[in-house]
Amino acid sequence: MSVAMVVFIVCGALAILGAIGLILAREPVHSALSLVLVMVALAVLYLMLGAAFIAAIQILVYAGAIMVLFVFVIMLLNAGVEVRTNVSRIAFWVGLPLAVLFLAEMVYSLSRHYAASGALASAGAVAGPVPASTEELSMKIFTDFVLPFELTSILILIAILGALVLAKKEAS
Amino acid sequence: MEFVTQHSFLVVSLIKIAIVLFVVMTALAYLTWFERKVVARIQSRWGPYWVGPHGLLQPLADGIKFLFKEDVVPPTADKVAYLLAPFLALALALTTLALIPIGPASIGVLGQQTQLVISHSPVALILLFAISSIGVYGVALAGWSSNSKYPLLGGLRSSAQMISYEVSLTLSVVGVLLLAGSFDFYNIVDHQAGHWYHFFPRWEIIPQFLGFICYLTAAIAETNRVPFDLPEAETELVAGFHTEYSAFKFAMFFMAEYANMITVSCLATLLFLGGWLSFFPSYENPGWRWQLYLPAAGLIIGGIALIIGGLRSVQWNAKAVFPVLGIVCIGVGYLCTLTGPSHPVAEVIQGPFWFIGKVFFLLFFYVWARGTLPRFRYDQLMSFGWKFLLPLSLINLVGTSIFVVFGWHP
Repeated sequence: MSVAMVVFIVCGALAILGAIGLILAREPVHSALSLVLVMVALAVLYLMLGAAFIAAIQILVYAGAIMVLFVFVIMLLNAGVEVRTNVSRIAFWVGLPLAVLFLAEMVYSLSRHYAASGALASAGAVAGPVPASTEELSMKIFTDFVLPFELTSILILIAILGALVLAKKEAS
Repeated sequence: MEFVTQHSFLVVSLIKIAIVLFVVMTALAYLTWFERKVVARIQSRWGPYWVGPHGLLQPLADGIKFLFKEDVVPPTADKVAYLLAPFLALALALTTLALIPIGPASIGVLGQQTQLVISHSPVALILLFAISSIGVYGVALAGWSSNSKYPLLGGLRSSAQMISYEVSLTLSVVGVLLLAGSFDFYNIVDHQAGHWYHFFPRWEIIPQFLGFICYLTAAIAETNRVPFDLPEAETELVAGFHTEYSAFKFAMFFMAEYANMITVSCLATLLFLGGWLSFFPSYENPGWRWQLYLPAAGLIIGGIALIIGGLRSVQWNAKAVFPVLGIVCIGVGYLCTLTGPSHPVAEVIQGPFWFIGKVFFLLFFYVWARGTLPRFRYDQLMSFGWKFLLPLSLINLVGTSIFVVFGWHP
């Protein structure tokens, strides 16, 4: 077993464990930390696929900015232990079947893919042509995908303005 | 032995990690000594003096004391997060150092050419910011998990402060990135090679002076140091987020703070002060080869100073130890000159010599600031960060991009 394979298995297991912990933990801060674990493990997987920039941005933005704000808000509001209710009816009749269906779909397509490519060992390098370097990525963003990119930035700007307006109303 | 040849990259990396860890841990310990000595000198005191000559064994004594103290865990603490916090803080603070290159040369180990950095990545700068951005969790978790008033307030304050100043810190660096056009430290430093008018080094601190000021200020706040050490404002918050931590867990937070100091100083050196580049024209130019003797000269002068200082000291142990140390220094320095300037060793240590010198200067600046400036008030700190530092770094960013777009940059 190569070193890359070991890292892949460890990070995959950590990501799954984190996802389970996120749902099962009753303390909000523990849930948030589990989500951070998932994000960091995913970032390592991106790194192994050769997408170092995406990996760094994943940690910087999701784990380092968004989740820090989550944890901050949980701490600030001093949210207590979450209360468990029985599974809601919608979740039971709609959510659960959909989850099972999605899982089956994923297992099917992945197994077919591996049957075609013939090797699980190449798990670290199956993602096809990934824009590896930052230059290629930025060229893509600012040529082919410039409209979605700019629209997203306008969306974020509107969100910031909305937050400002809401905060200001409360103050006066 | 077969394993070593097969996995030479792994083995070499492990060796490098061990060396860096040892050096950094020692440096951390003596940084505390250095800080106490310099602050003492600023305040006309002696500082640590009695444990070893001039208190040189004080860090060791402190470390042993921390190891053997009772480790009190508050009964109401959230155990997992409480234990995780100091590990997270120290581990992340040390991990960032893996991305810092200290010299241009590559050396052959185990039949493999290896660079003077643990991990060479094309996006090293973003990775470094990414790792240090999750360092906030150490502080936030410590504050929350202690389940106590002052740590919670301290944790909230310091995470708010770190989030706020991280924005300015990252933006102040973008100017350098625009000029260098790369996230790779090697490319960034190479871009700073050369001199204006054959005298002024082309370091980014000259075109990016505004960015440098923003970076330095934000970096002090980011590492929770005076004058922005609000999380540890003892008059208001006892000891901030680490109030409930004792023994070695407290020491881990302490070490993390100093490791972060070293990291931001290294980063400032790489980005603004030309990294490992010499202040003078390259030693490859005729007439500048004497620079290769500089490290040896430094050692010999330091050795002479140690001998004189030791003999004049009133402490008997300083009288005994310092002259011996001085003679060792002179001996090593003399050995360096014996090999001659054309020897590869002289060229390899040239990069680390300048790099460590600059980092040391920045660390001294940190301590100097601590000894000089009073602490900010919390609301002043926040409004300074958001209303002054952030606009300033944005102005720097916009100005630099205009220069780059019109091709005016030097």
